[in-house]
Amino acid sequence: MGKDHHPKDHVSSPSRTIGMRLFLIYVLLYLGFMGIVLFRPDVLSWRPLGGVNLAIAYGMGLIAAAFVLSLIYMVACRGISQDN
Amino acid sequence: MLYDSSPMAIAIFASFVLGVIGLSFWLGRKGQSAKGYYAAHGEIHWFVNGIAFAGDYLSAASFLGICGMIAFYGYDGFLYSIGFLAGWIVALFVIAEPIKALGKFTFADALDARFNSRGIKFAVAISTLIVSIFYLIPQMVGAGHLIVPLLGLPHAVGVILVGVAVTLIVVTAGMVSTTWVQFIKGSLLVFFCGVLTIMIMNRGLLVNAGQQGDEDLRPQVHTQTPDGRVLVNGKPQTKENDLRPVGTLHALPARYGDARETGPLRPLEYLSTLEDSKIVTWSAKKHTDEKGVHTTYTPTIREGKDLLKPGGYFKGLSSGSLTDRLNFASLMLALFCGTASLPHILIRYYTVKDAAAARKSTVVGIAAIGGFYVLTLYLGLGAMTSGYLDPTSTNMAAPLLAKSFNETLFAVISAIAFTTVLGTVSGLIMAGSGAVAHDLIENCFGVTMNDHEKVRAGKIAAVFLGVVAMVLGILFKNFNVSFLVGWAFHIAASANLPALVMLLFWPRTTKHGIIAAVTVGMVSSLGWILLSADTFEKVYGLPRGDSPIPFSQPGLVTIPLGFLVLILVSLLTPRQEPHQVRA
Repeated sequence: MGKDHHPKDHVSSPSRTIGMRLFLIYVLLYLGFMGIVLFRPDVLSWRPLGGVNLAIAYGMGLIAAAFVLSLIYMVACRGISQDN
Repeated sequence: MLYDSSPMAIAIFASFVLGVIGLSFWLGRKGQSAKGYYAAHGEIHWFVNGIAFAGDYLSAASFLGICGMIAFYGYDGFLYSIGFLAGWIVALFVIAEPIKALGKFTFADALDARFNSRGIKFAVAISTLIVSIFYLIPQMVGAGHLIVPLLGLPHAVGVILVGVAVTLIVVTAGMVSTTWVQFIKGSLLVFFCGVLTIMIMNRGLLVNAGQQGDEDLRPQVHTQTPDGRVLVNGKPQTKENDLRPVGTLHALPARYGDARETGPLRPLEYLSTLEDSKIVTWSAKKHTDEKGVHTTYTPTIREGKDLLKPGGYFKGLSSGSLTDRLNFASLMLALFCGTASLPHILIRYYTVKDAAAARKSTVVGIAAIGGFYVLTLYLGLGAMTSGYLDPTSTNMAAPLLAKSFNETLFAVISAIAFTTVLGTVSGLIMAGSGAVAHDLIENCFGVTMNDHEKVRAGKIAAVFLGVVAMVLGILFKNFNVSFLVGWAFHIAASANLPALVMLLFWPRTTKHGIIAAVTVGMVSSLGWILLSADTFEKVYGLPRGDSPIPFSQPGLVTIPLGFLVLILVSLLTPRQEPHQVRA
């Protein structure tokens, strides 16, 4: 802060590039879930995980994916200057 | 239902609330600067800030609303958990670092960093106030619901109690006390929900749990007479003639033979066993005649596998109704886009020292919030089969689940739920008071204030917002809190996200584009909600068919509209030279 910088600086920084890639991965996962719920809800009754159906498994998976991607982001951004 | 208060419950509850208020007074002893009041001097440790994110975000909607929705409708409540958490991905990967670098005290600071425009400050301050007020309503409603069984007091007393407590917290030490209240609340909430989930697993599933005698599947009728009396099944409501608690397991899977309980179950085993079981759910139907308003609660024996997939609450997902599908898609879009647009979440980025701390605290927040949302599924399903549900209130499922174990746990969980409301409402009132004092009075209307006056203006605004919150909490008593929070997400996502994203990613964005996007997004989403079929039915008491709006959830239309308006107006207005960042 306190510097003459433009918002674009944040878009082009290395951490933003990593962040946008991880963001796109999550968006695809989220859209996949939405697509199944909206257009193929019958598939959600399939029980692929220890007797647990796909609706729960995918939902839990989305929550876990958010955490895993955020950890990847934190590790990948280590060493990148905060002012980038 | 009528509830008895217990002295132990009152003692635990009072110690929680007094402890939190005492902490605020202790933190507020020292004199405060504006930076201390609005941003805790930017000195909060990233881990504390991360848990405080959880304390800020895991509101009454997450704890009371989602658990209740799962307990009454099954899987669909979990869709809120998925959507609420997904929004943090936008916050972490897109918003966190730029908002930290661009802003100072409020969300408006960040949006206006490039332009120094009064118009932007005004539009964003109004949007912050509207979003904060819409988010406040369900928190206050939830507080009122907690007080009824815990202390045996009317709903309105709970609303006033939380309003007064929160106003005290914010006025005493601003963002410093708000942060620590949210940290304590976030830690307690996740920890005790984890304990409750372990107890659910350990108890396993029981046929007809919590019920006295044989399973009673007779419908129940609650009547509110024109002269204010309450009847249950045609007779005056008393402790002996009250609605029966509901929510039972009708039959275990065939593999259990004649057994009536499973014994302890592992997490996945719990879900799969429930999926093969039969469960009794209760639906409510209201009708009015000259004798009063009658609500009939009717039981249905349902297959577990039908309750553990979408379609219980969002009916159209199973029936194929286009309107219901659009409603669902719109809600999930708003939840995804809304988190990163909520002013009370965004201001928490100003309480840490730099962008790296903002990033790390978001990751801690995602871990705590994600862990909690996994637990909501077990809490909701545990409540669904506990035999302790109040058929008149979806919001009481989680505390009543605790009551099915013992009174102490009920008192602790209720007190934590109340602290949950305190933490979130503190953050909302902080965001609102910053919008009024810093954005509107100081920056927009140009009133010059010294540091002391800035803090005093913020405190006066906080008191005003506390009163508004109390009034609205009483007026919206009968709404599910998750449903109400959904509205706040639509308005936040429609008004704030297009401007924020385009400012960061499209250099051609102009100040006129931002003002237009915030204004159009806010007015269109608010107008859509006020004219929707849900509002016609539940707020105005009019037929759903009278609504001119095709589906109730606006985000699917109003979020893209915000982007479109920003692009069009920016292209039609001159581009300004970037203004130096002031912060």
